[in-house]
Parts: sequence; C-alpha cells; structure tokens
Amino acid sequence: MSIAPAPPARRPSPIAWRIATVTSIRDETTTVKSVTLSIPDWAGHRAGQHVDLRLTAADGYSVERSYSIASEPERGSDVEITVERIDGGEVSPFLHEVVVVGDRLEVRGPIGGYFVWEAAGAAAAEPLFLVAGGSGVVPLMAMLRHRTRAGARNPARLLFSSRHWDDVIYREELAALAAAGDGLLVVHTLTRSRPPDWTGYDRRVDDRMIGEVLAPLGAGARCFVCGPTALVEVAANALVRLGLPADRIRTERFGPSGT
Amino acid sequence: MTERFVTRGFVGRRGAGPEGGGAGDVASRVPPGQYLTTDFPVLSAGPTPRTPLDRWSFYVEGLVREPVTWTWDEFTALPARDWTVDISCVTKWTKLDMRWHGVSVDTLLEAVELEPSAAFAIAHSDGGYTTNLPIGDVLNGQAFVAWEYDGKPLSPEHGGPARLVVPGRYFWKSAKWIRGIRLIDRDVPGFWESLGYHNRGDQWLEERYSGD
Repeated sequence: MSIAPAPPARRPSPIAWRIATVTSIRDETTTVKSVTLSIPDWAGHRAGQHVDLRLTAADGYSVERSYSIASEPERGSDVEITVERIDGGEVSPFLHEVVVVGDRLEVRGPIGGYFVWEAAGAAAAEPLFLVAGGSGVVPLMAMLRHRTRAGARNPARLLFSSRHWDDVIYREELAALAAAGDGLLVVHTLTRSRPPDWTGYDRRVDDRMIGEVLAPLGAGARCFVCGPTALVEVAANALVRLGLPADRIRTERFGPSGT
Repeated sequence: MTERFVTRGFVGRRGAGPEGGGAGDVASRVPPGQYLTTDFPVLSAGPTPRTPLDRWSFYVEGLVREPVTWTWDEFTALPARDWTVDISCVTKWTKLDMRWHGVSVDTLLEAVELEPSAAFAIAHSDGGYTTNLPIGDVLNGQAFVAWEYDGKPLSPEHGGPARLVVPGRYFWKSAKWIRGIRLIDRDVPGFWESLGYHNRGDQWLEERYSGD
C-alpha cells in the first residue's frame, strides 16, 4: 500500500488591486458625494461589504482607505461608494475636489464577510432592522437597494440619525424606496435642527426610540447598526436589553471613540 | 515588474495629523498602507458583552499538563507590568505609544506546562469571538493580557475587563473580552480569519486579507 503525498497547502489567491474608472460623481449633501467606479473583472459583492482604495503619488508615496459599497450587488461592476468630506483629511478631500469622471483609481475588494445581508433563504423573509448614524447609512443603503431589486417584501425599518434635514444622505431615494409599499419604513431623527413642521424624532438615538421603532418587527429581526461608536453602543445595548440574541445584532463603527 | 500606477493629481499630505502619514522617525513606525491617528477607534462585529468581575474567570486549557483557571482577583494579582506599544488596525489606523498594564502570555503559559504537541493558541472571548495565533507569535514578550489602558481600567468598548494585545499583528488578533486560551496542535482559523481576513496578519507584510 502506498501513501499518497499530501496535497500542497492551498493558498488562497489574493484580492487583486484593479484599476477602476470613475463613471459618475453625484452630490448627496453639501459634504457627501457618491462616486461610481467601473471595476474590471469585478467578481461581485454582497450588500454590506467594502472596498479598499489606494492613492499613489508620482514618487511612490501612497495611502489606503476602506469605503463601504453603497451599490446593490445587482449593479454588478458599477460599484458606488459614498464619501463624506473630512476636513483636514488626506483622501476624502482628494476624492471630493480633485477626482473627475474619467479618472482612474486603484481599488480592491470586496472585503468583509460578516456585516452582510442577502435577500436569500431565511433572511429574505425575516424582519430587517437597520440603524444608521450619518454616513454609517452607506452599507445599509446597499442592503435596502438590494432588498428592492431582489423583490423582497419582508418587513424592514431603517432608523436614521442625522444632524440636520439637509444632512440626510440619500434623502430622496430613501423616500422613494419607502413609498414603494413593499414593507419598508424609514424613520428619521434629527439631532441638531429640524424643519419648522417637523413631527418626527428630534434627539439622539436612545433605548426608547430603538424600542418604539423595533416593536412591530419583534425580537426575530436581523439587525445591522452602523455609525459612530456612541450610537452603535447605545443601539446594540438597547437591542440586547430588548431580548434580541447577540448573534443577530451586527455592527460596524467609525469615527472618534470620544475617549 | 509591472509599472507602478500613479493616481492623477494625488500628492498627499505626508504630515503627522488626523489623517496624515507621518514624517521621519514617526513614519518609520507606520506600516505600509496605514495612517496615524491619535484617537482610539472602536471596532467590533456585535454588541459589547458585559461580564461582572465576580463572574469573570480566565482559563488556559487544551494541550497542557494541568489546565488552570484564575478568578479576577487571582488574575490581576499575577506578575504584571506596563507595556508601551504601537498598534495597527486592519481598517488602516495606527496609533503609537499606547500604554497598557497587564500580564505577559509567557507568565500565563508558565502556569500550565505545555504538551510537546501544543503549537497554536486560540483566544476565546465573551460573545463567542475567537482568534488563532501560532505559539511562536505570542511567546517571549510578544503578547499580553491587559486590564488597564492609559492608567485606567480598560473600558468595555475597548475590550474590558481584559483583552489580549499582540502588537506585532493587526489588532483583530488582540481579542477583546478575552476569557481564555486553548492550546491545540493544528491551526484553526478564528472569527475574522474565517471571513476573508489573513490567517497571520503581520502588518509589516501588509497581510490584511486572505491571500495577501
């Protein structure tokens, strides 16, 4: 009897850097733009994943940043990212002020396999509860766009915290998605200023707000929370207290920790 | 060798700043693709677990002669020291000179006597998080379990009451809310290592994702 040699250890192939072309740039708010990148040989992504972007100067100096993908998987290789301009930043002001349609940018992805939602299997029927703060809405928008394109009709709610009404990213598109009558409700809270006739929430996300917006979905909801750390902590802790199992609460955070 | 891609119009700021690269000595401490931050950003995949200290314990088990379990009081009475280390997160931030207080993994493993077949350490955390490290990556002062950061008890968002810290690897290897280490004889990918992130995670080799 002979012993077969062990197969060589399988090394996964790297996620390759690709040279994408900027095909559109759209203002979302005065400080937020969406940039669509046409990425060659894009293998597809799931809603919630991100890409890495690399900028390289002529002398070889380079910087990298991660950006959540805003576009739904159904849009294929036209991958949209939504970028908030950070004052004093190195990458976001470049994307806002220098990049024009036709420019080429190095990207690789998709990256991340946990903060994802797919309108398939059990998830397509289960209630979906999304909580966003500011530009934390971006990966959640990919989920909502995907939900619509996939024809899902599961009950879904987005609780979205913004400072001012004019800071609400994707405001018109969210209103249109919610108006489609397929089970989506978008609830805004405005923490700094409100339009004169505002009747909605007017404070930071808190336990009571989470409880009120979640209630019709029940404890069987799948939850995705993305935003600054303080918001994510409040929302995730509230969901745990409301009885949701920890493994149904998925989080992504950005911004200063405040400590 | 392929020609290097150059981004049209990009010069870069290259200064140490909230989003800058860093200069001189500082720049040499920033791994490739990272930027310096003075914040201490928080990242985690789910809710922050909270275990009361009177129900907290720490174990070392698996391929050891005699497993050991410490209570919080016993654990924090182990010989500990201050550690000042640079930390790099795979999400691209690097923070220099982070000051911690805790016990070396060497001290923890001295308390058990490893079986000769023990080759990998799996960190287990509250909430079910795991991460895998070859024993060679955590011995000889390369890893510690910290319960203080910057002179204060480690906050829950940052992994308190105690977290593993492995400065030579991307920060996801520094398991928050650690409750034990299991020694095994073969490599088993942990949470992020099973979800597309690199198995080893050496920030100086830019081992971010599977296949890098």
